[in-house]
Amino acid sequence: MDTGKLLDPDRPVGIHGYGAYVPKYRITNATINDVWDGASAPIDRKAVAGSDEDAVTIAIEAAGYAVDRAEIDPTDLRAIWTGSKCPPYDVKPTSTIVADAIGAGPDIQASDVEFASKAGTEAVQSAIGAVGSGMAGYAMAIGSDSAYGKPGDQTEYDAAAGGGAFVLGEADEDAVATIEGSYSYTTNTPDMWRRNDSKYPEHAHDFKDKPAFLNHVVTAAETLMDELGRTPADYDYAVIDHPDRKRLGRAAKKLGFEKEQLDPGFLSDEVGHARSGATLIGTAATLDGAAPGDRILWVSFGSGAGSDAFSLEVEAGIEAARERAPSVETFVDRGVEIDYATYARFSGEIEA
Amino acid sequence: MQVTRHWREFSSHYRLEGSRCTDCETVAFPPRDVCRECGSTDTEGYELDGGGEIRSYTEVTSPPTGHEDQTPYYLAMVELDEGPIVTGQLTDTEVDGFEPAIGARVELVVRRIKEQGEDGLILYAYKFRPAL
Amino acid sequence: MRDVSIVGVGTTPVDKHWESSMRELGVRAINEALLDAGVGRDEVDSLYVGNMLSGKVVDQENVGALMADFADLGHVPATKVEAACASGGAALQAGVKGVMSGLEDLTVVLGVEKLTDVCQCEVNEGLAYAADQEFETFHGATFVSLNAMATRLYMEEFDVDHEDLLRFSVNAHRNGANNPDAMFQSEIDLETAMDSPEVADPLKLFDVTPICDGAAAVVLAPSERADEYPETPVEVSGIGNAVDSVGLHDREAFVEMAATVEAAEQAYDMAAMSPGDVDVIELHDAFTVMSAMGLEDMGFVEKGEAPAAAREGRIAVDGDLPATTMGGLKARGHPVGATGVYQAVEIVEQLRREAGANQVPGAETGIAQNIGGTGSNVTVTILERGD
Repeated sequence: MDTGKLLDPDRPVGIHGYGAYVPKYRITNATINDVWDGASAPIDRKAVAGSDEDAVTIAIEAAGYAVDRAEIDPTDLRAIWTGSKCPPYDVKPTSTIVADAIGAGPDIQASDVEFASKAGTEAVQSAIGAVGSGMAGYAMAIGSDSAYGKPGDQTEYDAAAGGGAFVLGEADEDAVATIEGSYSYTTNTPDMWRRNDSKYPEHAHDFKDKPAFLNHVVTAAETLMDELGRTPADYDYAVIDHPDRKRLGRAAKKLGFEKEQLDPGFLSDEVGHARSGATLIGTAATLDGAAPGDRILWVSFGSGAGSDAFSLEVEAGIEAARERAPSVETFVDRGVEIDYATYARFSGEIEA
Repeated sequence: MQVTRHWREFSSHYRLEGSRCTDCETVAFPPRDVCRECGSTDTEGYELDGGGEIRSYTEVTSPPTGHEDQTPYYLAMVELDEGPIVTGQLTDTEVDGFEPAIGARVELVVRRIKEQGEDGLILYAYKFRPAL
Repeated sequence: MRDVSIVGVGTTPVDKHWESSMRELGVRAINEALLDAGVGRDEVDSLYVGNMLSGKVVDQENVGALMADFADLGHVPATKVEAACASGGAALQAGVKGVMSGLEDLTVVLGVEKLTDVCQCEVNEGLAYAADQEFETFHGATFVSLNAMATRLYMEEFDVDHEDLLRFSVNAHRNGANNPDAMFQSEIDLETAMDSPEVADPLKLFDVTPICDGAAAVVLAPSERADEYPETPVEVSGIGNAVDSVGLHDREAFVEMAATVEAAEQAYDMAAMSPGDVDVIELHDAFTVMSAMGLEDMGFVEKGEAPAAAREGRIAVDGDLPATTMGGLKARGHPVGATGVYQAVEIVEQLRREAGANQVPGAETGIAQNIGGTGSNVTVTILERGD
């Protein structure tokens, strides 16, 4: 039932291009546990950025692939937003650097977005607004992170590196997917935060789960589906934000999604949770294998707290578009394990 | 602190923008105002693709200041498909037993090169990784 | 245009001169050269100073004026000449042109370098100024790493045993042992060189040169007046200088230095000589691969044959291609901007028959090759005994 809760654009918006990137290195749960013992997380391994990578370089690579797939002139982008919880500069937007690197601009609006792990989908909402209002012909949304948890803390096991990017435009015959509807659910919930001068976030432990993660993800997904008059059975795939498989299981069960629907977007055991980039990577992976006519539900979670939810219908353009850039699988499969000392060097815990 | 010096090179360092001679069509990188092939001063900007082959390499263990946190790293001369040979680091090479090979195909990625200390600019530019 | 001769020489030992500043070293060499030539400082018409890193290491520019000032040369023209590691050779040739033109009658050329006032990594940073800052050094290329890449290509192209390249260093050390000015006065054996630690694959420690300080000076006068001076004059028979791309990646070929070939041709032409006329070869052995290429590019052996020449002992002082006869850059040392002038002084010593245990018997003609950067600026100078 349409109660006006959805973010309803003036004209239909579609995904014209998408891209994702995951760094090559992996550290396993067991390796971290060997050093710190104690805390652990239901996750097998996570992706780690190399010593020359950061949220900017990850964003650049993902954005490049999105432009390649969209087959647009990057100077046609009128807006670019990068969501990240670890931009290398506090003042100097990642988006300006990415725009330069992909050949976009100068006729462009650019800024960085923060909303913990859902900064990337916040960027998508903004891009929908820019295109849906007619303000922009094309807009880019990026989610990119090279995240770390406090050493020894539970969050260290899943905080990973990776990013995804989407080029949005009018939902015309070139679109690879149409965005049927989008919804945002936000509350003032202090489940996890980081102060200006702190290096690592603090979190409220178990409070993170039901009142924060589960509540927002489920509410956002259910509200979106209600407003669109849909049920889980209408979807071929669901990309549900999940720091680990247990939380994915709980959310999926509550919502009523089956394992087959979750599979392509379930990457946490292979590459961890790339925070702002996580569901963008998951959706990219799902698009890599989806067929025209497939429906995808995409819901993110950001501490603080909120969830964005999108309903996508895959279009005919997907078949040709996916060939124009490397698949998510290419990056997931090329993982190489590193030891803790190398991890400490890459993460900046020990510096030359 | 040198800011403008690096800003001027952003298009070359981020996007491999070189030049092409409008008279003899020779592509150059770094960009040149005078064509080395035919001496013409009629050159225009040209963005190279970034794909190429390793022509030579070495492993740097005594780095210049600013590159310590990425040491050791491989430095290589890469012959780009368009013709020019460029100097740059190899990356994504932290793997046991990895050894660069002359003739191996590589592709361009943008990575952190170094920081101007804790407060200065972060300098990004091309590096080359083994082709996916 | 008239012929020019070297009528006086002076040097400081090459060493880590902790107690001496750059100007003190320079003045010492100038004084010794003036004494050797038997001339008063008021007779000097001009000064050329070869130096690369005075600004980087001791924050000092205006070095021409500084040296003329502290050597009390009066109101003469004095200029620093910079061509990276070929600054000495370039300064020498600038001085020669001044006298050759008739504009100057008595010219002092000084090469001076003070490197030990900063740490090794700052010196390396300075040496890398000779490379392309935006497209080589920016990417973390060091001088050693660039030459390592060239060495790899040379070894692959000609199927060279690393041992044979290191023979150039062994030879240099053997000669350095008999040179009281040399920084290293001890021999090394091939095994030690081969076992030395890797600095940048495939380069080992004994493939590269040490950091040091030094000053060398020569006095130039027109050859027609050379007999007015006490020592046997040495004529500058030929000079050549050529550049190539700064970036190693922009060279036409990596296994030869086009700048050397061109500069050598100019020098041989001017001197009306060919490689066969040369008795003493002062190579720019900053890296062993440069020694090999130098021998080839100046026409002493065919391309790719230099390692064999080293293996066959031809580069020893008693061989037919005596190279780095007083230790070269490897053992005498490489005080960067001064090196080209040290080379000239060493050839003068050979031609005056004052080289002691390293004397090349009956030496009449010597050639010096001074390389700037990875081959971007090369000077070749031919000197001939003047009597």
